[in-house]
Amino acid sequence: MCPLFELSLETPARVLKLHTPAELTQRLCALGLRPGREVTVLRRGWLGGPLQLRIGSTELMLRREHARAIEVETLPVREG
Amino acid sequence: MQRIALVGMPNTGKSTLFNRITGGNARVANWPGLTVDLATHRVLLGAKMVQMIDLPGIYDLSGGAEDERIAQSFLANTALTGVIVLLNATQLDRQLGLALQLKALGAPMVVALNMADEARSAGITVDTAALGQKLGCPVLLISAKRGDGIADLKQALIDLTSRNQQVNLDFTCLRAAAAFHDEEAHLHHHHVSRPPTMPASITARIDRWILHPALGLPLFVLTMFVLFQLTFAIGTPLQDALGSGIDWIKSSWLEPALAGAPEIVRGALLDGLYDGVGTVLTFAPLIFLFFSLMAVIEDSGYFARAAFMMDGLMARLGLDGRGFVMLMMGFGCNVPALMGTRVIRDPKARRLTMLTIPFALCSARLQIFLFLCAALFTPAQAPWVLLGLYLASIVIALGTAWLLRKRFTSSEPFALELPPFRLPLFKQIRLRGWGETRAFLRTASTMIVAGVLLVWFLTHYPNEHHSYAAMVADVLEPVLTPIGIHSEMSIALIFGFVAKEVVLGALSVITGVQGNALSAHLASSMDPVSAISFMLFTLIYVPCVATVATMHKESKSAWFTAGSVAWSLGLAWVLCFVFYQGTRLIGGWF
Repeated sequence: MCPLFELSLETPARVLKLHTPAELTQRLCALGLRPGREVTVLRRGWLGGPLQLRIGSTELMLRREHARAIEVETLPVREG
Repeated sequence: MQRIALVGMPNTGKSTLFNRITGGNARVANWPGLTVDLATHRVLLGAKMVQMIDLPGIYDLSGGAEDERIAQSFLANTALTGVIVLLNATQLDRQLGLALQLKALGAPMVVALNMADEARSAGITVDTAALGQKLGCPVLLISAKRGDGIADLKQALIDLTSRNQQVNLDFTCLRAAAAFHDEEAHLHHHHVSRPPTMPASITARIDRWILHPALGLPLFVLTMFVLFQLTFAIGTPLQDALGSGIDWIKSSWLEPALAGAPEIVRGALLDGLYDGVGTVLTFAPLIFLFFSLMAVIEDSGYFARAAFMMDGLMARLGLDGRGFVMLMMGFGCNVPALMGTRVIRDPKARRLTMLTIPFALCSARLQIFLFLCAALFTPAQAPWVLLGLYLASIVIALGTAWLLRKRFTSSEPFALELPPFRLPLFKQIRLRGWGETRAFLRTASTMIVAGVLLVWFLTHYPNEHHSYAAMVADVLEPVLTPIGIHSEMSIALIFGFVAKEVVLGALSVITGVQGNALSAHLASSMDPVSAISFMLFTLIYVPCVATVATMHKESKSAWFTAGSVAWSLGLAWVLCFVFYQGTRLIGGWF
């Protein structure tokens, strides 16, 4: 279990819990970032910039402060 | 009349579908939530005329964001024949919930799954028949962009209208989106199949370059530079041709026709009104080109990437990545950049961005600076002066945001979608260019014509040698002398309120000389320090009436607009005072 922010790049993980502000949580759920879903960090922006995430076929950017408030657990890397 | 509303999440191609069905001209872009005022259009469906309404993109019917509230109150307060629920076929894992939410409210629906072409190439298949059975409404795969499935969609809408029922949705029994997550997952699991691993997309490969920590920013700046260059390379000859056409009509038709009219009527009509309208018209080709090219970049999905790249830096200044993109647009022209801030959905965050844009050194100001730099500095010095002005422009714009960030704190939940790269459609680009040009002509014409008429009046009355403008310049003298701007130049600054494009023309009218003679005259009447002070003032004070008019139209607040104008005027004076007196003081020591 670790914050989404600390996840290594290209490592699939399962979303456990969102401790983000209520409105952002609702938005993130609508974008597919909800407990139980699989998330991958594609890249971290420079100069303390946001994270580029992939959930299913949706890609989105999320600021680091918010990525720190999301708990995930890493999944074994699938072959293929 | 029967009404059908179009509902969907941002970035599902809602505006494209709306244009496709209505042949209308709603804006479309690869940003979340661009459609602003509700676009409506009448469509003939079968034998009935139906009103179509394009609602703002929403993530969730129970959401609290401004767009979501707009959509809720529209749906709750309008009798509807039905709703088109537009979902992105590649993202059904998170979008089906919206259809379920609407179904629970009892809305008569047609569910359209857009981007069927993208879904197909990603290997995603949808069992539309089974899904339709579960949702209790027609489910159709379409591609709004390519026009696939539109005929079937129209037929489904005709079936809907033939029931002749109107319903009011009861939002008191609305359930939160989270309540539908399990059902959504269930439907997705059973009726949508996707390959276990997604093929490495082209988008990912392009991202590797465009979002590169070191190459990303230079690539973006280069792209914007090419865009400006193209706009002016193609647009300036068009502008000149249009200008000479307008002059020709004036000299060969209008002047003879009005030869008998009294001086004041002729002057006001020809030099005021006609020249004013002419000036506005000559901008039309530039605006059209600028927006068409901008639409290519915007619809491709590049802007969202640029926003991603700059967000880290911009967040520290109270802005977000989109503000940077708008500021870059402002270097071409402040007017479209102000219009572009619509993508920022939080009113406060949007206003903070709007306050920074007038400081972006636009191409009209660049003309003045190029002329003055060439007149007063050596070829070796000139580029540095120009570079300094660009840096000042960026520092002042970002500094303004930083100073005011506490008053304009965004409450927007900030998570932007990064859509895959898509090839823009020629038709969309043309529609966008034309739509923006029309909007510009409508807003700018009234303000510019009023401004031009005013300047004409001020410089011609009571008489040309002792005009009101000269009197104003005399009044302003005690204010402008401390910053090194003498009366001749201050009249030019008054003209600059109308448009920076007319400043050089005004200078040649005031001094009575043109071209090289004007350069020589300016070089003898100003020293480098006062020239820089003049340019600094020109950079910072109000860009032009078109910008002020746009600011007013977009913010819908006279106070905000007045505040922005006062801030730029005050800042211009203070900074020029510090620069001019400071340089004089330091110069005195040596």
